[in-house]
Amino acid sequence: MTSISEEELAELRERGKRLSAVYVYEAPLRAWHWLNALAIVCLCLTGYFIGQPLPTMPGEASANFLMGYIRFVHFTAALLFVVGFIGRMYWALVGNHHASQLFILPFWKGVWWVEVWEEIRWYLFLKREPRKYVGHNPLAQLAMFFFIVLGSLFMIFTGLALYSEGLMQGSWADKIAGWVLPMLGGSADVHAYHRLGMWIFVVFIIIHVYVAIREDIMSRQSIVSTMISGVRTFKDDRAE
Amino acid sequence: MAMTETFYDVMRRQGITRRSLLKFCSLTATALGLGPSYVPQIAHAMETKPRTPVLWLHGLECTCCSESFIRSAHPLAKDVVLSMISLDYDDTLMASAGHQAEAILDEVMTKYKGNYILAVEGNPPLNQDGMSCIIGGKPFVDQLRKVAKDAKAIISWGSCASFGCVQAARPNPTRATPVHEVITDKPIIRVPGCPPIAEVMTGVITYMLTFDRIPPLDRMGRPLMFYSQRIHDKCYRRPHFDAGQFVEAFDDESARKGYCLYKVGCKGPTTYNACSTVRWNEGTSFPIQSGHGCIGCSEEGFWDKGSWYARLTDIHQFGIEANADKIGGVAAAAVGGAVAVHAAVSALKRAQQKGE
Ligand code: SF4
Ligand code: SF4
Repeated sequence: MTSISEEELAELRERGKRLSAVYVYEAPLRAWHWLNALAIVCLCLTGYFIGQPLPTMPGEASANFLMGYIRFVHFTAALLFVVGFIGRMYWALVGNHHASQLFILPFWKGVWWVEVWEEIRWYLFLKREPRKYVGHNPLAQLAMFFFIVLGSLFMIFTGLALYSEGLMQGSWADKIAGWVLPMLGGSADVHAYHRLGMWIFVVFIIIHVYVAIREDIMSRQSIVSTMISGVRTFKDDRAE
Repeated sequence: MAMTETFYDVMRRQGITRRSLLKFCSLTATALGLGPSYVPQIAHAMETKPRTPVLWLHGLECTCCSESFIRSAHPLAKDVVLSMISLDYDDTLMASAGHQAEAILDEVMTKYKGNYILAVEGNPPLNQDGMSCIIGGKPFVDQLRKVAKDAKAIISWGSCASFGCVQAARPNPTRATPVHEVITDKPIIRVPGCPPIAEVMTGVITYMLTFDRIPPLDRMGRPLMFYSQRIHDKCYRRPHFDAGQFVEAFDDESARKGYCLYKVGCKGPTTYNACSTVRWNEGTSFPIQSGHGCIGCSEEGFWDKGSWYARLTDIHQFGIEANADKIGGVAAAAVGGAVAVHAAVSALKRAQQKGE
């Protein structure tokens, strides 16, 4: 993490409030966002059909490999997802100040919780106008931490545990995540929880896409285009 | 001195020929997947090693493990090593009964202190002071603790001893408890299954007797040689699974063609056992071969994981019986609905504010 002092941070915030455009999301971070999104969509779709397979294929077994291909896509996307997540953690260390926002909640800061509350009020239509934020708004940061950081870790560990079942004990996947199987009550339960995790991601996708578009229209800063260009623009230059 | 009596000595005393011993050694080597070079090693061990007695206790159980065991396809392993030589106490199989039988137990325990193997079939119930299972007038758990104290190692036969099985299924009124939760200071080999396959049982016990050590175990304490893979990994219907060809109902065309039973609830993909390789009843068949899915009998809590005919496991933490797709589907629909309403209100508010 590029270290940044409190004053610098305050300065940055002030500047963000005044300026009309700030470069927030660096290229590797944006690339990760879209690759990750693609991987998640692939994983949810293929995962769904692994648990509830498509109707039976006609012909000889030797002429078909549908489940095999679906599982192949699932495992490939999963490994990309894991590599992407590791890359993202690395970027949190070396990227700009916003890159580590996802992983570290300013849990002990009173102001931050006040801002979370204000965002909740904004979503409950109790506040006429939201605040401006250069990075994630506090509520988004909270949601990202739980869904993307903890959610991904949960899916990675349960997923690798299930993957290790095929590779058998002693394999790399088993060494990393094999312990999850007995801990969560055996293979069948881990399958069930992993599938529940898929639904959590589906719920996240619904909320995330909706909120991003809504914020793009109704908040005071750009959202959707920021994840493409990296630049946060503001619609007004009022400070608060 | 009885302690130094070897396996071979006992065999000779029982009138077993050297030829039979060698045959047994070859069979053992084959059963354990060892090369022919191991045969003389095993024979040597049998000739020189002092015999290790096995004490077989019965707790809360249906005795299916014993039923399976006495049907082993390797009669030599079963009859020679166990019934005649090493199985010193098994109240179900032994001729003596009552005080006579209990006396044998005490005798072996003192004579072979720290040197006998304890095999447990069934498990102890802990509620009502263990009254739900009484052996010789005392709760089974007392007998288990007493015999386990000086045992070299413990074998947990079947899903009862390994995981709890049916008597530990919800709501488990007698608090039937797997052996490793009662005895925590001894090496425990878990051989789950309801029952375990006969050849697996004789294989495990023969390994322990001949090599005088515990077979390599997995994380859950199951012998790797029989429990390292799932039914699904070696299932002969697997090509149909990979092809995406499934039985949708038990009387459909796919069922007649012998397609994969995944959609009618086969638990093969989540069950560690040797059924798809060793099979049952002298290798005759196993459930999937006869057209029924695996019910996962060697997995923890298989009675409580929902229907044997449904793919997804029930998740009890949600109060009602529900599986991941029901819970997730409802959650996704609810969130989708909430988003739609929220979007509508947002649009209204915005229009209102613009009008001001
Ligand atoms: S029948 Fe069961 S174990 Fe066999 S391939 Fe199908 S799901 Fe797997
Ligand atoms: S096929 Fe499955 S249910 Fe049947 S005996 Fe084997 S492990 Fe148990």
